[in-house]
Amino acid sequence: MAERERTSARPGGRVLVPRALVMDPDDVRRALVRIAHEVLERNHGSGDLVVVGLQSGGVPLAQRLVALLKEIDGADVPLGSLDVAFYRDDIALRPVRSGEVTSIPVDLTGRVVVLVDDVLFTGRTVRAALDALADHGRARAVQLAVMVDRGHRELPIRPDFVGKNLPTRRDETVDVGAGGVAIGDLVEPDHASGPAGDAPAPGGRRG
Amino acid sequence: MTRSDLLSVADLGREGIVEVLHLADSFAEVSERPMPKVPALRGRTVATVFFESSTRTRLSFEAAAKRLSADTMTFTPATSSITKGESMRDTVETLDAMGVDAMVVRHASAGAPAQVARWVRASVVNAGDGQHEHPTQALLDCFTLREAIAAREGRAPADDLAGLRIAVVGDVRHSRVARSGVLAYRALGARVVLVAPPTLLPPDTSGWGVETAVDLDEVLGSVDVVYLLRLQAERIRECLLPSLHEYAARFGLTRDRARRLAPEVLVMHPGPMVRGLEIDAEVASSARSLVTRQVHNGVAVRMAVLFRLLAGGRAGVAGAPGEGHGAPGAGAGAGDVAEAGR
Repeated sequence: MAERERTSARPGGRVLVPRALVMDPDDVRRALVRIAHEVLERNHGSGDLVVVGLQSGGVPLAQRLVALLKEIDGADVPLGSLDVAFYRDDIALRPVRSGEVTSIPVDLTGRVVVLVDDVLFTGRTVRAALDALADHGRARAVQLAVMVDRGHRELPIRPDFVGKNLPTRRDETVDVGAGGVAIGDLVEPDHASGPAGDAPAPGGRRG
Repeated sequence: MTRSDLLSVADLGREGIVEVLHLADSFAEVSERPMPKVPALRGRTVATVFFESSTRTRLSFEAAAKRLSADTMTFTPATSSITKGESMRDTVETLDAMGVDAMVVRHASAGAPAQVARWVRASVVNAGDGQHEHPTQALLDCFTLREAIAAREGRAPADDLAGLRIAVVGDVRHSRVARSGVLAYRALGARVVLVAPPTLLPPDTSGWGVETAVDLDEVLGSVDVVYLLRLQAERIRECLLPSLHEYAARFGLTRDRARRLAPEVLVMHPGPMVRGLEIDAEVASSARSLVTRQVHNGVAVRMAVLFRLLAGGRAGVAGAPGEGHGAPGAGAGAGDVAEAGR
């Protein structure tokens, strides 16, 4: 969730107030088309590719990427989704939430996996994703595609395909959704309501 | 209710049950993998502390803990200092002092796990206490039912059991499975009818929100699920039943009765089964029987229960690093810290 902030009410009860739209839906589409071409160029076609979207923000982008690959190259690239909740290094620091779906349709051994996420931030989600992928086979290579790279990495991880490099402050929030890419701040909807130490809200499923 | 224990289905409520079911969906996927293990509880220790014998429940919890990468410890009274006269309190406090994070407790006396929870720092999971409750059995039964119905109707599993009528048949009076089961089925919107000879029905079921019946054949035409309870032979010695043979004839799911059931009626049993008594051997292995699915799903559901209790951290452990911590690398960012600190 560090790298993926939702506009909806979050478990903490806070909401995103967008300050600026940095990519409109057309910008996102154009970036995805470019990424699709770059993926095909780098891998000399779509032969061994598997596209895997990270839950939950990466999944719709992964679906769109697979559709574009089909349009450009004519091949059906297998599409998977990955939930990394059980692989995180900060499990004890976050509230338990209900799991998202992991679905890897093929054995990854010998394949080239393109991991897709919406926002790359600290890199911890990607680190967890690499561990999770290893349990599904030994991929020949793993490449990372993100719509927004907002910096502030805490691990030696870099993306292979980037929609937009977006300099941010650490305390800002970046949201990727149907309306494009927005940057803003999380605020309490009503400062008077409820102290911050409340019991966790029931595991709301994102998506 | 304590946030860090699971002593009764009532601790969870409807929302908690649904949360466990969703988590169990994820862990069921993990269990299907060639490498069915995730590092979620690495470094945590789960002890199974069974003062009463069990095979499937203890093994199921141990498998669940191992698939979450937790370390496991097994306590069995026969090989312990209990035989030298050590008390239950000293036993669990000893385990607690070794730094166990969760204790899975089974005991012949109702309330024993709740008592243990008052003594120890670890999270306590009730794995069956006397005639009181067996919450994880109820949860895995709900998971199995919703899975079977979703498969039949070709859709994703629902978050409730609304519209189902479940017959719980047998020794309801002495059954912790029935007590936890009724709480869970009712919370998820199912209707329940208890079927038993009057001597094996609880003396007062007015607070249970269920119907009761003493004639199995009368009920079978109008239910979606037949849940058979285990019958212990000591009920004969206690003069609650004339004979096992008569019980089987009146309350067993015989081949004859199974033949009269509508094809979509599902059959469940918590095990261990006495084939030929509560349930005919062939019926237990028939397509309508969910018995092996129950055992199979037990592991994923117990993974969900352990993960839910241990992953969020205990009160005071999870909260502490979140609030005002500024160490770089300890959290993943501003949004993270705020969430973790709640």
